[in-house]
Amino acid sequence: MSTGLVSVAYVVASVLFILSLGGLSHQESARRGNWYGVAGILIALVATVAGVTGGGLIAIAIAVLLGAAGGILIANRVEMTQMPQLVALLHSFVGLAAVLVGFAGYIEPLKATTGTEHTIKLVEVFVGIFIGAITFTGSLVACGKLDGRIDSKPLTLPGRHLMNLAAVIASVALGAWFLGTDSMTLGIVALVVMTLIASALGVHLIMAIGGADMPVVVSMLNSYSGWAAASIGFMLGNDLLIVTGALVGSSGAILSYIMCRAMNRSFISVILGGFGQSGGSSAAVDGDQSVQEISADDVCEELRNSDSVIIVPGYGMAVAQAQNGVSDMTKILRDKGVNVRFGIHPVAGRLPGHMNVLLAEAHVPYDIVLEMDEINEDFPETDVVLVIGANDTVNPAAAEDPGSPIAGMPVLEVWKARTVVILKRGMATGYSGVENPLFFKDNAHMLFGDAKDSIDKLVSGLRG
Amino acid sequence: MKLGIPKEIFTDEKRVAATPPSVHKLIDLGYEVIVEPGAGEAAHYQDDAYEHAGATLAVDTKSLWQEADFILKVRAPMENPALGLHEADLMKEGAYLASYIWPAQNADLLEKLAARHITSFAIDSLPRISRAQKMDALSAMANIAGYRAVIEAANHFGRFFTGQVTAAGKVPPAKVMVIGAGVAGLAAVGAANSLGAVVRAFDTRLEVKEQIESMGAQFLELDFGDEDGSGSGGYAKQMSDEFIQAEMALFAEQAREVDIIITTALIPGKPAPKLITEDMVKSMKPGSVIVDLASERGGNCELTEPGKVAQKHDVTLIGYTDLPSRMAKVASDLYSTNLFHLITELTPEKDGVPVVDMEDEVIRGLTVVNGKDITWPPPAPKSAVSPKPAPGTEEPAVPETKKSGKAAATGKVIGKLALLAVTAAALYGVGAYAPESFLSHFTVFVLACFIGWQVIWNVTPSLHTPLMSVTNAISGIIVIGAMLHLAQAENIAVGIMAFVAVLIASINVGGGFRVTHRMLKMFRK
Repeated sequence: MSTGLVSVAYVVASVLFILSLGGLSHQESARRGNWYGVAGILIALVATVAGVTGGGLIAIAIAVLLGAAGGILIANRVEMTQMPQLVALLHSFVGLAAVLVGFAGYIEPLKATTGTEHTIKLVEVFVGIFIGAITFTGSLVACGKLDGRIDSKPLTLPGRHLMNLAAVIASVALGAWFLGTDSMTLGIVALVVMTLIASALGVHLIMAIGGADMPVVVSMLNSYSGWAAASIGFMLGNDLLIVTGALVGSSGAILSYIMCRAMNRSFISVILGGFGQSGGSSAAVDGDQSVQEISADDVCEELRNSDSVIIVPGYGMAVAQAQNGVSDMTKILRDKGVNVRFGIHPVAGRLPGHMNVLLAEAHVPYDIVLEMDEINEDFPETDVVLVIGANDTVNPAAAEDPGSPIAGMPVLEVWKARTVVILKRGMATGYSGVENPLFFKDNAHMLFGDAKDSIDKLVSGLRG
Repeated sequence: MKLGIPKEIFTDEKRVAATPPSVHKLIDLGYEVIVEPGAGEAAHYQDDAYEHAGATLAVDTKSLWQEADFILKVRAPMENPALGLHEADLMKEGAYLASYIWPAQNADLLEKLAARHITSFAIDSLPRISRAQKMDALSAMANIAGYRAVIEAANHFGRFFTGQVTAAGKVPPAKVMVIGAGVAGLAAVGAANSLGAVVRAFDTRLEVKEQIESMGAQFLELDFGDEDGSGSGGYAKQMSDEFIQAEMALFAEQAREVDIIITTALIPGKPAPKLITEDMVKSMKPGSVIVDLASERGGNCELTEPGKVAQKHDVTLIGYTDLPSRMAKVASDLYSTNLFHLITELTPEKDGVPVVDMEDEVIRGLTVVNGKDITWPPPAPKSAVSPKPAPGTEEPAVPETKKSGKAAATGKVIGKLALLAVTAAALYGVGAYAPESFLSHFTVFVLACFIGWQVIWNVTPSLHTPLMSVTNAISGIIVIGAMLHLAQAENIAVGIMAFVAVLIASINVGGGFRVTHRMLKMFRK
């Protein structure tokens, strides 16, 4: 196949990728969007293979088929609640691939370069490997944290900002040395050392970020994996890689920005990590306040007698795997003529849109699953709000107490409803470590226990 | 200490400040109680009932005033025509007094009381905070007035309130409009609604819409943007001229339609606003009724005659100022309970000795004369909505944070400028030194970033997880780079690296698309 045809194929693939992302604007067109993506990557693969002049076609076929089969197998097996881990793991693969391709490109360039062009190429190699390595180890740590293998509490070593800074400075210095040297061996040494430093930096960066900030971290890593692909594209002089990398990179960046805004925090403060360690006690609650407990039967009674119910799920629902029970309960209530809706905070869960996916899995119709901005003004007209495993996202201190560490963060204003029932295991604070005055409000009632058990009780109570 | 309950001498005042049940409870607080003979007669509480509850009957009016150390009254002290003396002068020097006083209107009375060192608690000056609600006589009386207003209206209205279809013909339901949804207004809404009338209510404070609807009335809303009439302490404030014009137009329209208008609009410290003009009265159907609960302060209707029932343009205008007194029994019950709660607050030791704790927000607000000092008006009450500062934070922190906020803002501007400068320098560097081939890629890169930016903002938040997994799958496009290397690999190490890269990138592609597909399949309507 001629170079011209390959280029045209790449253009088609790029357009398909853009259409794929555009398709995700609406649920109706989302599936078509996914198929656009598949088509795009198939066209790109075929064109690449057809354009290859050398041998190694068999090796390529084995690697692609093996990898694709493995990927599909994993994707088929994974539980929807493990989605965040899987996405993080897949990010690490892109990072690792970028590192490997970067090394290959340095040792055995596809085409020889000289002068300024050569220098630029070396910079591209260096940057590609640097970002790739951070993405690789960072994603692995994020995956471990999401999976619970690594403690999700932020790890705050003394002088951690200085350590990060030192790692970046060392990498830059290595880069300068790398550009200066003509010897391939010395160059590889520089690259390996830099890869190690970047890997350590990736681990350390993500270790310092707490569980509640995971949506930001995952989308940030998503963005990094895109930039890594783009810089490899520069190295190879391949426009398709550049376009795709840029699309993915900006997508991740926007998602991170949306998540940060939803928590009223700057991107920098999330990345620097360590949130939830300080200021936990400043929003002290008066000592004599007490919570009101409520029994499952009473909650059933409340639900039966209400006209409108809003369910606010949080990470606790995902942990307890309560989404199917919640879906059953929704169905029963809707059959009884109760207006049931869901209010989703942008940072609920551990991935952007995490709750939507879980509820979709449990067959909750998506048109009753609403965003915070859509539903916040409806709380005053709501009879009962069920808060299932959410804490910081419904904390009135964010709106009412300027001294609170989460002050100014937009929250679901559940306390404005007539009655709020909070399903919770105990009185522990959320990830931010901030006390929640919601629990002490007059219209708030606590239903203690595992969310799944409690929901099951409610379902059988409502059926009976 | 002796509590004295005098008979009210204000014309037609039938209430009494203590009932036999409250006397009983006051004695439990350690007080002795003396009652003037006939004090509770108008409210149907006989002297022997007081004696039975443990009170002593005074010999006559004069002896009661002189014996008592603490007078409980309804109306503010006034000139006693029978004795030719002012009630304040009848009292012992250094005694205590709890009653309505209206300190804003009665500066002379305050001086009189202070001159005689009479510590006075004005039940009408109670701060409007939750803790003080049990002493809120104004609300208790307003509730009665609102109910009675409907009863008076029904009495003067020649029809049923409820609609009826009978063998003798159909009767439409009465239409009632209530202006002002304070305690009295809401009570009127409730009473009229339970009699079966069609009730509408208007208030300048948008926040009461729910309360009105909860009582069963329709809230008459002015389409007037965001102007909200909520003033401090739960009262209304004065509105803009445009708002008042729109409001008057609404009333004029309603006046033609409704049968009964009950007005309760008051603005603290000002004469009652004139809301119902003579023209509106003229436009009402013959036989309609207006009850003006603001008549004591001039009335909401131009034609109201305070204290009287008047017929104007075939409309009955009820301007009674003593509606609570017309239900003297329940009014006395509630008022005496309010006073009992006040005395309880004043007597923490239950030893019959009042303690005036001026640090207490409620007591401070109530106390208009403390010994020889006039202590009215009290310092501005802490607003109920003002955020509580975090414990341990010192007050002066506020200006500092402002300053740092300003510094942060300047920092932001500097940061933005720096970013702009760096970007410009970088672009210049790229343009000046980079070779042709790089520039074409660079163009593609920048344009792709912008396309991504535009496209991603349109993605609905509920699809953020599928978005991530699909972008993740797409970023597996790096497989192409790996494939090119694998195809050309001469060095075995490079070959292995490229092979691994193709493998894992393919996992990414396959897994990413598959999992996105699974997720999207689940989204359904």
